[in-house]
Amino acid sequence: MLKLDINGATRSVDAAPDTPLLWVLRDHLNLTGTKYGCGVAACGACMVEVDGAAVMSCITAAGSVAGKKVRTVEGLGADQLSALQQAWIRHQVPQCGYCQSGMLIAATALLAKNPAPTDADIDGAITNICRCGTYQRIRAAIKDAAGAGKAAAAAPQAVPALALTRTLEAAKAAPGGAK
Amino acid sequence: MKRRTFLLTGAGIAGTLVVGWAVRPPATRLVAEAASLPLERGDVQLNGWLTISPEGLVTVAVPRAEMGQGVLTALPMLLAEELGCDWAAVRTAAAPIDRIYGNVEMLVDGLPFHPDEKGRAHAAGAWVVRKIGRELGLMVTGGSSSVKDAWGPLRIAGASAREMLVAAAAARFRVDPSTCRVERGWVRHASGLQASFGELAAAAAQIEPNRFPVLKSAEAFTIIGKSLPRTDVPAKVTGAARFGTDVRLPDMLHAAIRMAPAFGGDWIKFAANGAEGMPGVKAVLPVSSRAAGAARGIAVVATTWWQAKRAVDALDITWDAGPHGGMESAIIATRMREALDARRGAAYRAKGAMAAAFARANRIVEAEYAVPFLAHATMEPQNCTARVADGKVEVWVPTQAPSLVRWIAARTAGVTGHDVTVHPTLLGGGFGRRAELDLVVQAVEIARSTGGRPVQLVWSREEDMAHDMYRPAAIARLRGGVDSDGRVVAWEHFGASGSVMHSMVERIGFAPMGPDKTNAEGAADVPYEFANHKVEHALVKSAVPLGFWRSVGHSQNAYFTEAFMDELAAAAGKDPYQFRRALLAGHPRHLAVLDLAAARAGWDKPPAAGIARGIALAESFGSIVAQVAEVSLVKGEKGMAPRVHRVVCAIDCGQVIHPDIVAAQMESGVIFGLSAALFGEITVKGGAVEQRNFPDYPMVRMAGAPVVETHIVPSKAPPGGVGEPGTPPIAPAVANAVFKLTGKPVRSLPIRLA
Ligand code: FES
Ligand code: FES
Repeated sequence: MLKLDINGATRSVDAAPDTPLLWVLRDHLNLTGTKYGCGVAACGACMVEVDGAAVMSCITAAGSVAGKKVRTVEGLGADQLSALQQAWIRHQVPQCGYCQSGMLIAATALLAKNPAPTDADIDGAITNICRCGTYQRIRAAIKDAAGAGKAAAAAPQAVPALALTRTLEAAKAAPGGAK
Repeated sequence: MKRRTFLLTGAGIAGTLVVGWAVRPPATRLVAEAASLPLERGDVQLNGWLTISPEGLVTVAVPRAEMGQGVLTALPMLLAEELGCDWAAVRTAAAPIDRIYGNVEMLVDGLPFHPDEKGRAHAAGAWVVRKIGRELGLMVTGGSSSVKDAWGPLRIAGASAREMLVAAAAARFRVDPSTCRVERGWVRHASGLQASFGELAAAAAQIEPNRFPVLKSAEAFTIIGKSLPRTDVPAKVTGAARFGTDVRLPDMLHAAIRMAPAFGGDWIKFAANGAEGMPGVKAVLPVSSRAAGAARGIAVVATTWWQAKRAVDALDITWDAGPHGGMESAIIATRMREALDARRGAAYRAKGAMAAAFARANRIVEAEYAVPFLAHATMEPQNCTARVADGKVEVWVPTQAPSLVRWIAARTAGVTGHDVTVHPTLLGGGFGRRAELDLVVQAVEIARSTGGRPVQLVWSREEDMAHDMYRPAAIARLRGGVDSDGRVVAWEHFGASGSVMHSMVERIGFAPMGPDKTNAEGAADVPYEFANHKVEHALVKSAVPLGFWRSVGHSQNAYFTEAFMDELAAAAGKDPYQFRRALLAGHPRHLAVLDLAAARAGWDKPPAAGIARGIALAESFGSIVAQVAEVSLVKGEKGMAPRVHRVVCAIDCGQVIHPDIVAAQMESGVIFGLSAALFGEITVKGGAVEQRNFPDYPMVRMAGAPVVETHIVPSKAPPGGVGEPGTPPIAPAVANAVFKLTGKPVRSLPIRLA
């Protein structure tokens, strides 16, 4: 039995310790937000945070993260969407959406280290593949969230009206979320 | 060229699907014949496209696949506009399988007519194809046709339902319906009487739907034309969105597979090598159907996918070399060149007197261009989940073609279509790959031996890369003549490649016939006013299975055409933008698009030092797109490489439904085409694909992604497509900029600088 700290909860998993964290999340814990894209650390679809750093869960043995804090996309905005998730919606970033969990984790880890990233910082930190080509919106959303972060430090954040009123409800009822 | 042959080809492909369908096409697409929409408690269905709940929630049936192109937003917008409901009350549901949801306009687009010559023959052809199309009920998402096809039926469905609600309200109020007005989900009367859609729905459902309701004029639109927040986005930022690989069912098993590396290959022997005893493993089994182009292989079924994958890796399999073991890319290229040398081809366009025109030409330019096979590499690897129990089949699959899924699943399981339920999921990218059915064949075959337990088959990225249906490799020879004033007097395009249509028709078990329109799209149908124009194409079959790859024939032909255009302009001593303008005098829409792109890019001002601009224009799927790429050369890992900084994109796609989706699709199409232009190359050796994963099939990433600026030409024309038209112009726009930077034309993709 592996004991893992996933999104703040302790989870016991009956998996071999060398099982990649990706498959423990997806097949043992049914946390399917984290995606399989390549299995060889080449695409970033499987990214999760381990102790605040973005790692490729497809090549990370589940046993190696015991005792560490793992955060998946499901843990980013459990009660309220994170500033990045909100920016993602404002900029209508996702297309097919398959890479976006990894992209959000990569961006979250970037902003945690570097609250005001430059274009070069973003180029260096976001190396995931988006086959739909959402890169420029990701860049804009990161900058927007970074700016919002600064603003929020000074004053409570203004939540953009239209996009967000439907957000939480829609995230539950939405197509794809359905069934 | 005989147009009838083309029609037959179209009917031949489509005709295969008649299986299981009734014979009379529905007169309109308003009311479903067989299927009804999934109803929740209290929901009332007003026609085949919508239900209304007592609280006034409107659920719109969406028969197309959401793969990021926005159909779950754009299609309901069409209906909501006419219905007059509050947009916030709109929900979506996957449409069941019924003929009214078939994609008719995609088939009409397949007609081989030059856009300038759409006269009575085209009208007659379109009439026949629409009739056949309604009969077939082919539920396919492709050809950038979702909005084009929905434009009529969904607005009619909304307007017809509105009339029913108004009639029900008028009866209740005892007033004349014409004195009632509809406001955001309410029917109101001047007297102050009012009732909500939710209250009226049950009574409205008793009224006969009007098939020909009056539709709003464009000036009255309040939803169409607005960039509303996309309905699929919120779930895609929380991880809640469910793709095919995310289907989780009680008792579900997982399967991994290793397939014969060579095309048409098979295993000779295999040793389980202990795989059967590995943790979680339930079964090791050969997968043998070749239906729908499925490859043979050995699958492992286990409790989790990783266990299945580990066991597959442990198998010791001896493969044969397949029937095409000697096949390699160079041989395929040689065969294409031989066909070009022999000038064996089908004529797609023959206008004017070529020989005489070339004889008069002041300068003649000839060039040969080549492009490789390309993989789709959807971000979500191919997958399908199936359950076969008690003579019933259920399939959960990210598909662009649910009605075909039902057909092939029934055939594979030996049941009728009525015994099959298809649950389409979100698609983690489609790009044409998910119009294929091979995964369904494999998953159903595996599910027949799991004792009724559902099983999810997911391909590894390596299997996905090596078992695609590829964009054809192609070679084209172009020849152009200019007169002493630098005007084009003759243009000849002779191409060679395999045929996507033939490959697909063969895969689903039918004999292909006639020339394939997609081989000449982007070559024979160009808007340029050449007085003498000849386009031919030689079919060169190979063992490589071919498929529809975002923008299909346009993906290579726009490159051939537009790169050669710049070579000819250079020979004529003309500016490439002005050179194109001179060929478009009678094409105001194309001119406007080209002019807009050039103006926004600042074509008349010199670019920054080290940067060159390239321009290209392409019309595809009913939309006209021009792009200007700003490119410099930078030192890369393997010498100098182009770096694209900025792409200015102008589009005329007719009536715009959702401007931000148009922009997003232009951004997406550019990056997709740029990955191909800079890196994309699938090579064949020993009858098998050599590439395995992203390290050897690279993609544009953040650091290499240009800024794409989209500008839309306002238009009242019926909507064109936007999912694909952004892709064709980018490769030539970049190639033309590189030509300017190096002085050497780019004659093959991906772009490699000496
Ligand atoms: S799946 Fe882990 S990096 Fe691609
Ligand atoms: S949104 Fe489709 S891969 Fe990124």
